[in-house]
Amino acid sequence: MQESKVGLDFNKVAHAREVAGRIAGGVQDFVQGYTTVAVERTICRLLGIDGVDENGVPLPNIVVDELKAKGLLGQGVMYYVGNAVLETGKTPQAVADGVCDGSLDITALPLHKEADIRKALDPFVSASLERIRARRARREEYIATIGEGAKPYLYIIVATGNIYEDVVQAQAGARQGADIIAVIRTTGQSLLDYVPYGATTEGFGGTFATQENFRIMRKALDEVGEEVGRYIRLCNYCSGLCMPEIAAMGALEGLDVMLNDALYGILFRDINMQRTLIDQYFSRVINGFAGVIINTGEDNYLTTADAFEEAHTVLASDFINEQLALLAGLPEEQMGLGHAFEMDPALENGFLYELAQAQMLREIFPKAPLKYMPPTKFMTGNIFRGHLQDALFNIIGQWTHQGLQLLGMPTEAIHTPFMSDRYLSIENAKYIFNNMKDIGEEVEFRQGGIIRARAAKVLDDATRLLEAMESEGLFTALEKGIFADVKRPKNGGKGLEGVTLKAENYFNPFIDLMKGKR
Amino acid sequence: MSEGLYSMEAKDYDKTLDLTKIKPYGDTMNDGKVQLSFTLPVDAGDEAIEAAKQLLRKMGLENPLVVYSKELTKGFTFFNCYGSCGHTVDYTSIHVPKVESTTMDMHECDEYIKEHIGRKIVIVGASTGTDAHTVGIDAIMNMKGYAGHYGLERYEMIDAYNLGSQVPNEEFIAKGIELKADALIVSQTVTQKDVHIKNLTELVEMLEAEGLRDKVILICGGPRISHELAKELGYDAGFGPNTYADDEASYIAQEMVNRGMK
Repeated sequence: MQESKVGLDFNKVAHAREVAGRIAGGVQDFVQGYTTVAVERTICRLLGIDGVDENGVPLPNIVVDELKAKGLLGQGVMYYVGNAVLETGKTPQAVADGVCDGSLDITALPLHKEADIRKALDPFVSASLERIRARRARREEYIATIGEGAKPYLYIIVATGNIYEDVVQAQAGARQGADIIAVIRTTGQSLLDYVPYGATTEGFGGTFATQENFRIMRKALDEVGEEVGRYIRLCNYCSGLCMPEIAAMGALEGLDVMLNDALYGILFRDINMQRTLIDQYFSRVINGFAGVIINTGEDNYLTTADAFEEAHTVLASDFINEQLALLAGLPEEQMGLGHAFEMDPALENGFLYELAQAQMLREIFPKAPLKYMPPTKFMTGNIFRGHLQDALFNIIGQWTHQGLQLLGMPTEAIHTPFMSDRYLSIENAKYIFNNMKDIGEEVEFRQGGIIRARAAKVLDDATRLLEAMESEGLFTALEKGIFADVKRPKNGGKGLEGVTLKAENYFNPFIDLMKGKR
Repeated sequence: MSEGLYSMEAKDYDKTLDLTKIKPYGDTMNDGKVQLSFTLPVDAGDEAIEAAKQLLRKMGLENPLVVYSKELTKGFTFFNCYGSCGHTVDYTSIHVPKVESTTMDMHECDEYIKEHIGRKIVIVGASTGTDAHTVGIDAIMNMKGYAGHYGLERYEMIDAYNLGSQVPNEEFIAKGIELKADALIVSQTVTQKDVHIKNLTELVEMLEAEGLRDKVILICGGPRISHELAKELGYDAGFGPNTYADDEASYIAQEMVNRGMK
């Protein structure tokens, strides 16, 4: 076992992990029995169904809504679309076009045997898997040839609302040293039960996630990556009501990082917990297969709950998210488990507590590219102090070898970043990362000191919380408001109407293929 | 680049404070010193620096000084600048509309409500419209509060309901009716393209249409909200940056007493 710089008892860590594994298992038992409209639309997309009708409604929605309206969603689109492909000899796209213009009723055709349907769909399933594999190979090829930035990766956001303006900002950011560009989504997209189509130039506080926008930004980052001699990763958000669909679109277009956390959607977007945990499973299977690093949203807990008192909830949730990801076949190396630097700057020794927690997480999840979020809650508009808060945050990022350092902006809480804000933030981080490069290897923490005591306490508190959750399960824990001080009913929130029990003919070959043949 | 470090320029201006003609203060009264930074969409170079200086003069800044410039990416150059502002403002003639109430702390507020209203007051809060940010409403409503000011949930004499984020105006009003709210608090954080103004206006119009506007105390808050703006939009009060739960609770309690709401 590794040696702990903060004096962690790794037997305790193993115990906490086992408890989290059982909690995640309870969730998985539930998830297996269900599908959702989003999962089925994702399958449509993976079968090559794309495009919109004259009203802008995506074809995957049209096909899935047709089955739902007839009460056949539980049989799944694989079964009905596959049957139509076999019966008519058309492609899935042509079948969807037929459903769209009313010329084809896929529920009224003679039904074939499952084995024959599977065989008819094989070429489309394989083509889709091949395209994702090729995307993954392309990324690996870039990293092998032009290389990548050192960890912590510098992660910045662009959020102009206009994908073409985002390109200008993103390329500027990459030239200044950013390793990951996240295109913030427009406010409210997480609650849309469809994915908009085409290139978009209007958004509030962000830009629509569309497959075309993904393609435009991927191309721009490849260009600038070749120019600066560093592969630039692209990040988007596969959360909300279209979680697995966006995962599929990202996998097809070569995205590298995805926010992907059901717990975040439940707590902060009031998305129904059953819906989004089912959606999350498939989305993580896809992300795992595509080599995409997922980010989890524990950092957000600390924007509502107190960062000192509730630090253990972050750790507990990271444990659960790790186990849920493993169940979806997503390897540790792709788990950007979240946490944040959010303690009140007025707290005496706050830096030491933050340092203890970051080092503790580093050691508990040694292979994970941890996602470390900057201060936001206590950014006040005093940009000068804000720049210092971000510097302290950067020191810990380098010291404890965080994976993805989401750069704090001095103008946090004022506006979406100016080009110059990003420059100042990147300069801040690069200065610290270089000037303090090996501090983590040089400094040890005193026996019985504040830092070791803090790490031990957070682990103990997280373990107690996990033990309490184990008996009642994750759903009940969420109903009681265990994370972020937010309570959510199991049957409340948005999207429950899109959940349905799998019926006797249901099958989804993508899950096994993606989990098995990486 | 830092020729301004030790200023040798003669300070031959009037150094007495005149409140009818105030200007920025650096280290000497009436020196007018201003610091600012901005980006121009041009390549770095002497021409870029000259452009920045000319712009500073047009902003009314004398002796413009570009102390730092850096090309952020091709075609964009960032500047840190100083100058002396030539304009003045008459401080004595300024009038800013403010919320007319005395801020009491949580205990005083609870006592005030017990004594003057004699029952718990009901406050419903939400971040409405498409706004997904709960930071503002949580700071006001949640037990914990913010920056040492307890949130409304902790008040003994207040029943506080935090509906969270992305609450449609219809739902917000329906919940207000159901809970018999004495006061509604709207938080707006996202302000791109003035989406908050449209949303805030819509809520007032809907309340008026339902004949409810006079029956509740309606307040809004957020980083871009001022009391003046709130009044303009038809709210009873607005709370901007650096206001807390006790400011809002005190206002609501006192306003209820003023209006004779029991």
